[in-house]
This record gives sequence, C-alpha cells and structure tokens, in this order.
Amino acid sequence: MTQEPVGATSAIATRPMRPDAATGPVTVVVDGVSADYGRRPALTDVSLEVRAGSLLAVIGPNGAGKSTLLKLIAGLIQPSAGRVLVLGAPPGVEARSIAYLPQAEAVDWEFPVTVNEVVMMGRYARLGIGREPRAVDRVRVAEALETVGMADAATRQIGALSGGQRRRVFLARALAAEPELYLLDEPVTGVDVRTQEDLMDVLEAEARAGKTVIATTHDLICAAQRFHEAALLNGRLVAHGPADLVLDQRLLAETYGGHVLVLPGDGGRLVLDDAHHHDEAPAQERHFHDGAR
Amino acid sequence: MDPIAFLTDPFAFRFMQYGLVAAVLVGVLCAVMGTFVVLKGLAFIGDAVSHATFPGLVIAYLLGVPLYIGGAVAAVGVSLAIGAVARQGRLRFDTSVGVLFAGSFAFGIVLFSRIKNYVADLIGYLVGNVLGIGLADLIQVALLGAIVLVIVLVLRKELLFATFDPLGAAASGLPVARLEYLLLALLGITIVVSIQAVGIIMVVAMLVTPAATAQLIVVRFNQMMALGAALAALSAVIGLYASFYLNLASGASIVLVETLFFLVALALGPRSGLLARAARREPTEAS
Repeated sequence: MTQEPVGATSAIATRPMRPDAATGPVTVVVDGVSADYGRRPALTDVSLEVRAGSLLAVIGPNGAGKSTLLKLIAGLIQPSAGRVLVLGAPPGVEARSIAYLPQAEAVDWEFPVTVNEVVMMGRYARLGIGREPRAVDRVRVAEALETVGMADAATRQIGALSGGQRRRVFLARALAAEPELYLLDEPVTGVDVRTQEDLMDVLEAEARAGKTVIATTHDLICAAQRFHEAALLNGRLVAHGPADLVLDQRLLAETYGGHVLVLPGDGGRLVLDDAHHHDEAPAQERHFHDGAR
Repeated sequence: MDPIAFLTDPFAFRFMQYGLVAAVLVGVLCAVMGTFVVLKGLAFIGDAVSHATFPGLVIAYLLGVPLYIGGAVAAVGVSLAIGAVARQGRLRFDTSVGVLFAGSFAFGIVLFSRIKNYVADLIGYLVGNVLGIGLADLIQVALLGAIVLVIVLVLRKELLFATFDPLGAAASGLPVARLEYLLLALLGITIVVSIQAVGIIMVVAMLVTPAATAQLIVVRFNQMMALGAALAALSAVIGLYASFYLNLASGASIVLVETLFFLVALALGPRSGLLARAARREPTEAS
C-alpha cells in the first residue's frame, strides 16, 4: 500500500492538519433528509455533501441513525422528507456504481457459498440476468482477493473463516464491483488490529484513487487515526468535517449525550463511549467545510 | 426372486410408471425450491400455503374445474390476506400466518364434510396419492415444473445473491423485492403441483428435507440444489418400491426415505456430522 505509516500511538493532536481533504466533485448530496421506522424517527433533517476522494467515518451511539444514513444513500430505504442525490441521480439509478457492505450480523454465515462465489456476487449487477461470469470477471475477483490478502482462501466456505477474514472477503466483493461509491456498515468492527490496518489501507488507496468511501464505525480511535473526514450523528447531524476538527471532546460529548470520557494521555487521548445513552437534545449542527480550510 | 424382475416388475403397471415419473418430477422440483425455503427460513410459510390451498381444492372439486386452479387461487388469496393482517395489526408475521392458514384449512374441512363419503377422499388430499395420477395430471405437473425450473435456472445468480445478502444485492441494483415475490409465486406453484402427489401435510417435508440434507454435506449453493434434487429423485424411486412391495402409502414412504437420508447425513455428514465433530473433538460447537 502507498499510504504513509500511521503509528498505533499516533494521536489526534500530533496528526498533520487535513492532509487528505477531498477536492473531487460532489458525489453524495443529502439535503434536509429525515427517515423513520414506523413512528420512531431514525434521522431528522440531515444535510451533508461528500466529495469524490473522501474517506468519511460516520460516528455516533447505537440508534443514532448511522446505518439508516447508509441505507438512504444506497436507496434501500426512502426518506420521509428531504432529498438524496448519488452521483448526480436519485438513489438506485447509479446502483451499479455503488458497493454496499452489510453489518456482519446481517449475514447467514452457514450459507453454502465459498469465498470465491461471494466475491463474484460483486460482478453480478454488471453481468446482467442470465449471463455467466467471463474471464474478465474471474480476473477482477482474483485481484480483489489478492488485494485483501485472501487469495489462498478462495474455495473455502465462508462459515469456516474468522471474523476478520469474513470482513476481508466482503471488502473484496465491494472491490470486485469496481464502484465509485463505497457504503460500508461497520467494516472494521470486531476485527483484529492487523485486519483493521489492512482494510483501512485498502480503503485509503481507493479514496486516493478518487472513489468515495463512507463507513460507519464505533471505533473512535480508528476514525481519528485513519479517516480523513468524520460525521457525528445522534438522530441529527451534530458535525461534519475533517476528522481532526470534528473529533473534538465537546462535539463528541454532544453526540454521545455527555457519556464520553476523554483521558489525556501521552500525546493522545483515550475515548470511551457508553453506547446506550443518546437521548440528549443535540444543539446546532456544525459544518467545517470551506470555512475551516 | 430374480433381482432384475424384482426391480422391473412394479413398472409393468401403468399407474406405477406414471407414479414414478410424477414422484421424481415433484421430488426434484421441491428440492430445488426447497433450497431457497431452507436458506431463507420459509418452511413455516410453505406449510401454511400448502394447508391454505385446501378450501380451493374442495371448491374446485365441487365445481368440476381443475384442482390446480382452485388450489392456486386459495393459496394466493390467503397469502394476500396474511400480508394485509401482518401490515394492519400489531401481530408478529408468523402469528398472522398461523391464524390464517389454520382458519383456511378448517374452512376446507367444513366444506369437505358436506360431501357424502368424505373421509376416504379427504385422506387422499391430506396424504396424497402419487399412484393415482393420470396422464393429464402428469402432463400438467411436467409443464408447470419445467416452467419453475427454467425460471430458477435462468435467474439463479440473482436469486442466490438476493437470498444470501438482500441488502447488498438491492444496493447493487438487483430488483430484490421483485425477485422475492417471484420466489414466493414459484413456491406457490410448486406446492400446488406437489399436493396431488404427496398431500397437503407432507409437501413441507418434500420442500425442506432433501435441501436440508444437502446443506449438511456440501458447501456450495449449486451443489446443494443438485444434491437435494438427486436425493429427492432417489427417495422417490426407493419409496415407490417400498410402497409397491410392502403395500405402504406412497407419499409417506417417499418422505420417510428422505428423512432417513437426512438422519444419515446428520450423523455422518462432513460439515456438521456427529462423527466428524467427535473426530475433531468439538463436542457441541457448530463449525
């Protein structure tokens, strides 16, 4: 991978200021969007823009609407108010340019498919109905497996893999789709440190190549160290901007309803969140775009 | 007894020839659709649709129209009613399924009880009689079965993706909602076609058992479908011999053979077989 090394102890404070601000065209527009499940509101009046080349972490407590935001952009659910534009069109129109990675818990790991077959699914939308995979598809699948370090496991059943290997395989499926936009629901949750670093290396390379990467995460340290932008959600958008500005003690406290402990450490901070408390009323949302640059 | 004659004698009879073809067709069809039933957890819905066809069959019988039509109309009607109840009320989906399929089945029994001499015929509907199938029925089974199988074959990539990961498939642009409706419609056709052979009660076994057996043995979707179909065809043949020589109910014999295969796979299967686990010294954990 080509990205510069990021030490495990490197801290928000010592991180260079916004070296990676995306300057590509706007690929995702979320404009005044609300969504609800039945009578329970999931997101209220969220607006943000994401540019090509972004590596954006969506952060917030459980139930904050992180997955809902991804599903809105993917066109899997419809907003109750507001407007979403993806690659210049309503969600779903440019579906072949989107790769969506579901949460690990949403997958039946006893399902009789091999690693190779799962990654090949990334090619299905391109292939079209009734068409069998061709040589170019097999090459893309092999390349994607190589990129995530899973080439040796191609014929294994997915249930035989470790949690980290499963995330690698699903990321390979996303790569095989050759998308412009990655929508990743908890891509690095519950994986070992090595896998997390490897997967983030891959995502960073994709962002540098001009793709748009949006990922939800519970891991604030990963968000601070590896993502370029962050969006804080708590039913509303609390803040969106460069990760080093947004991952701020006060804004995090606002996002997590005060249940955040920020410990000053040796040049770094340890942030603990209590994911079950998120009922505080959020204040005005903050954007750190052009003004902050 | 001459072993060749033992194998060929039963099929000197036309009803056994038709029965064999019908049982193999229905077995293969059910096993292919059963792969989706097992992987999507649709066993209860399959059982419900099967029972819900009953009033339709009775009314079709009374009106003298083909039973398939009556069964299909009832199955679709009850499915729509289940959807409506599930959307309107505060009930869980499986609760609305349970209420409506039992109610529909009871309605069929009540209608049937108005027919003279109903008990013998009723048992025919409930447990099926594959040896009573005539040429016209057989052609219908073959035609409808072929339509279902061709559709599944053509769409198997898309059906696989939508079954495995509905969200990922929908996000990539596959019409997942339409594929799911299509799958339910194909399941409905399969059930109605199969009822005459194996009866309302045992259709669910034909759907679930061969596919479940295959899932214990193989690790690929295509293999699961193919092995399930092969097991179902083999079970149909063995079941019919047992039915002929031991004078057993045909549908139940086929289902029992399928069940035996399942038990063997459960004990010996490479993926989760009890012996394989003991060998790996993983007492209770699934692999």
